[in-house]
Amino acid sequence: MLQFLKLPLIIKAEINLVLVAVTVAGLVTRLWGISYPKSVVFDEVYYGQFVSLYMKQMFFIDDSGPPLGHMLNAFGAYIGGFDGNFVWNRIGAEYANNVPIWSMRFFPALSGALLIPVAYQILVELQFSHVSALGAALLLLMENALICQSRFMLLESVLTFFLFLAVLSYLKFNNVQKSGGAFSTSWWSWLLLTGLACTCAVGVKYMGLFTYVLLLGIAGTHTWQIIGNRAIGHVTVLCHVLARIFALLLLPALLYVGFFYAHLHLLYRSGPHDQIMTSAFQASLEGGLARITQGQPLEVAYGSQITMRNVLGKPMPCWLHSHKSNYPIRYDNGRGSSHQQQVTCYPFKDVNNWWIVKDPTRQDLVVSNPPRSVRHGDLIQLVHGMTSRFLNTHDVAAPMSPHSQEVSCYIDYNISMPAQNLWRVEIVNRETEHGVWKAILSNVRLIHVNTSAVLKLSGASLPDWGFRQLETVADKVSKGYHQSMEWNVEEHRYGKSHEQKDREAELHLPTQMDTSKNLSFLAKFSELQWKMLTFKNEETEHKYSSSPLDWITMDTNVAYWLHPSSNAQIHLIGNIVTWSSANLALCIYVILFLWYSVRRRRKIKDIPEDSWTQWVQAGVICAGGWAINYLPFFTMEKTLFLYHYLPALTFKILLFPIMLQHTYDHVISLPAYRHGFGALVLAWFSSVYMVYVTFSPLTYGQPSLSAAELGALRWKDSWDILIRKS
Amino acid sequence: MPARESETGPPRQVHELRKRGGTGRQDQKHGQNGRHDEPIKPNRASDELHICQKTPGHVPAVHSRDYSFWLLLVLLLSILTRFYKILEPPHVCWDETHFGKMGSYYINQTFFFDVHPPLGKMLIGLVGYLTGYDGTFPFLKPGDEYGQHSYWGMRAFCALLGSSLAPFAYLIVLELSKSLPAAMIAASLLIFDMGCITISQYILLDPILMFFILGSVLSNVKFNCHHKRPFSTLWWMWLLLTGVNLAGALGVKFVGLFVVLMVGINTIHDLWRLLGDTHLSLVHFGRHLLARVLCLILVPAALYISVFAVHFIVLSRSGPGDGFFSSAFQSRLTGNNLHNASMPEYLAYGSLVTVKNIRIAGGYLHSHWHLYPEGVGARQQQVTAYLHKDFNNVWIVRKRESKPEDPMDPVELVRHGDIIRLEHKETSRNLHSHLHEAPLTKKHLQVTGYGINGTGDPNDFWQIEVWGGKKGDLIKVLRSKLRFIHISTGCVLFSSGKTLPKWGWEQVEVTCSPYLKETPSSQWNIEDHFNTKLPNISLDVLKPTFPEILIESHIVMIRGNSGLKPKDNEVSSKPWHWPINYQGLRFSGVNETEYRVYLLGNPVIWWLNLFSLALYALMAGVAAVLLKRGIALSQEARQRCMVLLGGGQQMLMGWLLHYLPFFTMGRILYFHHYFPAMLFSSMLTAITWDILLQSCDLIVPSHLAKSTYQGGLVFLAALVLYSFYLFHPLSYGMMGPLAHERGSPMAGLKWMESWEF
Repeated sequence: MLQFLKLPLIIKAEINLVLVAVTVAGLVTRLWGISYPKSVVFDEVYYGQFVSLYMKQMFFIDDSGPPLGHMLNAFGAYIGGFDGNFVWNRIGAEYANNVPIWSMRFFPALSGALLIPVAYQILVELQFSHVSALGAALLLLMENALICQSRFMLLESVLTFFLFLAVLSYLKFNNVQKSGGAFSTSWWSWLLLTGLACTCAVGVKYMGLFTYVLLLGIAGTHTWQIIGNRAIGHVTVLCHVLARIFALLLLPALLYVGFFYAHLHLLYRSGPHDQIMTSAFQASLEGGLARITQGQPLEVAYGSQITMRNVLGKPMPCWLHSHKSNYPIRYDNGRGSSHQQQVTCYPFKDVNNWWIVKDPTRQDLVVSNPPRSVRHGDLIQLVHGMTSRFLNTHDVAAPMSPHSQEVSCYIDYNISMPAQNLWRVEIVNRETEHGVWKAILSNVRLIHVNTSAVLKLSGASLPDWGFRQLETVADKVSKGYHQSMEWNVEEHRYGKSHEQKDREAELHLPTQMDTSKNLSFLAKFSELQWKMLTFKNEETEHKYSSSPLDWITMDTNVAYWLHPSSNAQIHLIGNIVTWSSANLALCIYVILFLWYSVRRRRKIKDIPEDSWTQWVQAGVICAGGWAINYLPFFTMEKTLFLYHYLPALTFKILLFPIMLQHTYDHVISLPAYRHGFGALVLAWFSSVYMVYVTFSPLTYGQPSLSAAELGALRWKDSWDILIRKS
Repeated sequence: MPARESETGPPRQVHELRKRGGTGRQDQKHGQNGRHDEPIKPNRASDELHICQKTPGHVPAVHSRDYSFWLLLVLLLSILTRFYKILEPPHVCWDETHFGKMGSYYINQTFFFDVHPPLGKMLIGLVGYLTGYDGTFPFLKPGDEYGQHSYWGMRAFCALLGSSLAPFAYLIVLELSKSLPAAMIAASLLIFDMGCITISQYILLDPILMFFILGSVLSNVKFNCHHKRPFSTLWWMWLLLTGVNLAGALGVKFVGLFVVLMVGINTIHDLWRLLGDTHLSLVHFGRHLLARVLCLILVPAALYISVFAVHFIVLSRSGPGDGFFSSAFQSRLTGNNLHNASMPEYLAYGSLVTVKNIRIAGGYLHSHWHLYPEGVGARQQQVTAYLHKDFNNVWIVRKRESKPEDPMDPVELVRHGDIIRLEHKETSRNLHSHLHEAPLTKKHLQVTGYGINGTGDPNDFWQIEVWGGKKGDLIKVLRSKLRFIHISTGCVLFSSGKTLPKWGWEQVEVTCSPYLKETPSSQWNIEDHFNTKLPNISLDVLKPTFPEILIESHIVMIRGNSGLKPKDNEVSSKPWHWPINYQGLRFSGVNETEYRVYLLGNPVIWWLNLFSLALYALMAGVAAVLLKRGIALSQEARQRCMVLLGGGQQMLMGWLLHYLPFFTMGRILYFHHYFPAMLFSSMLTAITWDILLQSCDLIVPSHLAKSTYQGGLVFLAALVLYSFYLFHPLSYGMMGPLAHERGSPMAGLKWMESWEF
């Protein structure tokens, strides 16, 4: 029984003290004093509002990335006991005492610190020496921009950490594979961790996709080699392929959807961005539209009272609207109008948004019992609830879009301009040819019978006479269908009042009754995802935005924070020596790579085969990682900042020690030169340290420097360093 | 596939094949461990891609005379379908209004501006001229009747080039697959496609562009076939023709860049193969390299540049495009006020001037009776840069203090370092700046028009400086590069080149930059200069050199291209619409009574293409894995895999290169942008189906295989012909009711709701 006691109880532990040392140094440099400054720093003002919304469980949509990053921030805040009550309105605002600054900034700082041991291990896995690995770790350790970005509630450090973790796991996985450990436990765990880390990276920011694609490419190449290995049986090869598909494609997809599941599960209340979503989505959130639409009848019938929302909703969400004002007889440019009642699209809830669906063949405006539903293809008239005028369009040029028809509420001036107020209902997302018009769910086009024009939101806003509301027009279908021509019923009830007075009173009543229309998770997910990808903020230039060309040489910086009274300030400025070393390393790498590959093609081998494989692999990951995280920015049209470059930079920095070791091993042969080279490297690293120390007041925000000292730090004319005029 | 293996080539044949493989390195290592007794190594797939010698393939040996018979048939059918009803409708259709007009400009030698390079329009102009068109038709808008004007020549020219597409495709596929049926499928897909017919029948750039694109691909493919006999006459000819066609493609539209890329990738691949051939000395390799540099870089570049040279020489008269170009450029054009300009030489107070930004396509300093909208800086009058000549570009140079000018006062000249005001002539407001953010470039300050009748505040004062000048220097009109420094904030007048939103009439933003670095954006010159008190002197403007004109016109074109942005609430075509033939373009006619032509692909062909892409991916994937795993294949099967991976891959690359880049483009896109990609897609379809049908011998008994193959071909042909019969009115004109109404010729053919015929 107690056999095992005869065995000695031994714990063997190998601790790489160097690794521990750099980790500790990383933790110190990143975590030291992160509660300072006690005020909102740069983009915290942006991320902070999402944290607050998580605390209050209110729905929001952020087009900059999937929710994992925000959830991590929110988790930090949750641990710190934040209640979400803080107004994130300006950079530099003092934090109230209920904001747990330390725990909110903890996760980004921790990721920034852990990046260093991960980078160390990557170099080791790439078969480079521990000295090179230490070199890489030191460069990252003393990189001011990375430190600065890690110390606040920002997401780049988390992103970079996951990216590097993914790369490391893949390398580990590949090395296990090479040493014959296929399908072992460690093989599986590193493979799965690769997929997991990739998904987390993508989940923090879409930028993670670039590295994910790179890793997929590398994995694909390796798999292709396995397929070509005829020593392995067909079945085993199939297993290899399937395992990778599962871990690198299926699992990430599932996890990614999982993030959104958590996001939607947590945020069940209506919030500030409801308006962007469709009515159906809004109705699924607690409060907001759901409070209004709960229990309203589903099928639109003759006599229904409805509000109609434009499906496209650009430039802003709005409802079909009319009011007791007419189009001016003549516009400023001299064109004439019909002088009938204005029809607009109004971005706010209003009693004038109510319309009544009328059967053209009957007179009454109430819903019969049983209600007669309106179906696809039916003819209707729309009566404006408050003014009882009919929605009408005719061959008169619209006020702002003269190529389209004016839409009005018809007033009979008895001037041989007859009413043309018949509309055909066309349900775009109907299930059957004769589908019923459903509130919230159906998107309909209203097609004018006389002119076959379609009711449309033109997107222009009217001048003062139209109270700056949005212009509604009717446009020929011949120009093609567009979402701006689709409308959906949002609020809906069956009209009961026969008299106009009663009806007006009825319109003022809030709608009630109760049936909830829950969307399935997948429908919500796909809508949210689609809106995130297509939703465009009005992109304007920022004072500190920059173009990708400025990044390589760090011609730009970003001021993150300035002390309200002193000159203490925080800037995103990198360690210029490190940045130039990385540039240098990249150039040398590319030149050597071209040289070697051309020579190898001619069967001249300058370096041994395994050094070459190592050289290529290191290049694919580091130079490739840099390129794939940097070049795509040239095609992007959004506002860019220096911090977008940090993941690419981190990859590029790894090239420097790689290049150093390669030079040492293969280029320099004489021992005397080697000593000299060592000394040079030492001097180089000391200068990295010097620059780090010099710029640390701008990285850590303390101590406060004098104007002269600040001026001396402005090493490039293009840097904006703030000097308080006293 | 056990039954087939017995048929696998006997060893002797294998040896031959290996010899023929030639340059490929044999890599024996794996074969020995391989479980299959596996005679043939798939060398490196790329080495066998150039299968140009007659292969013992499935196709019965066909004599070259038969090939030419089929080629003639293709050509004939192609010409028939393109030229049928070419004169109808006898009015301007769609973009004919642009390209016809530009053809006229060439005939009239009037300078104009367009976002495309000039070759296509030049050819149209030339053909029009040769066929008796006199350049007087105004091409105002689509639907205008041609009347007496001779337009047939221009249309026929485009149709002729369009007719060459099917023969080109035939030859390319024949070369790549060595299969006559495949070549015929490719040709018939193009001959009977409504889209290809319609787009070839009118005065457009697309047929010209596609002619050059397929021309380059054909020459490149032919060139690769002669790789066994380098430096032979034919080798040189095809190489040179490739280069010429590339220049042509790029000279018509910038989309030609994609085919340049395609040929470039092929060439690099080819060179890399040569470099790896250690039997080839480096000197020999150098000759290969130089030949390609000469024919594929130098010759095309020279041709491309000469096209522009002709363009600038022919268009010597001032026209609608002047304002886009710099003052120096304009001075070349007869009729422009800067041509042999005569104006007061030195800037003086009281002069009326226009001020032009030095940056290429920088525009004139402009203001108008509109205010900046709320929320954009101060609500004062807008100041912008405007590319067109306009009376709102005129400013008056005033002295610092605004006192009424006495007409009797002697004229005083402006000097470097003087502090001046610029008063806008139309609105009498002063050029003004203050500490508000500029509308788009937030790092800069806003520039506005301020004050009434020239009375403003100290923020209206600007110091005028000549680049490289010293205090007291006079300011030369046209010649001097000036900058305007705002006195109270120290910033410099700047044109950012960014387009303002709708409220700014999509003109260019003007700001005041606190960064004093000298850039063309902050430098201006005086272009027009009127002063009644000074004598007009004939000025010789610095004539720009040809390279300067070339670069300038390119920058203007690129800027014009990226300026074509889609609008939010308007229908715009998206790249994913195209392969599914989602929506066409209306070429002519809208209503029931009109003669309607609608540019839409033959849906059967397009959907077949789309399906074939997936099919190809599947088949190529299987083929690649089979080869990589070294699974024993019959020689025929191996041959098919090679065609699939070789020729098929090239066509796939062509399709990708001509399609994917559109996803990243911010400019407005149209359906017809897909047509070059569609050509490649059709050729890929042909190769794929030919191989698929051939491969039916894997599942059906061999005596049935041949008839299955033929049956499949007949079925494809019938499908294509029948769909052509169904949809031919799209190209050849529809009259009467629209498709969704009863009694229409197209009744029942509106398969997608988004089609508008």
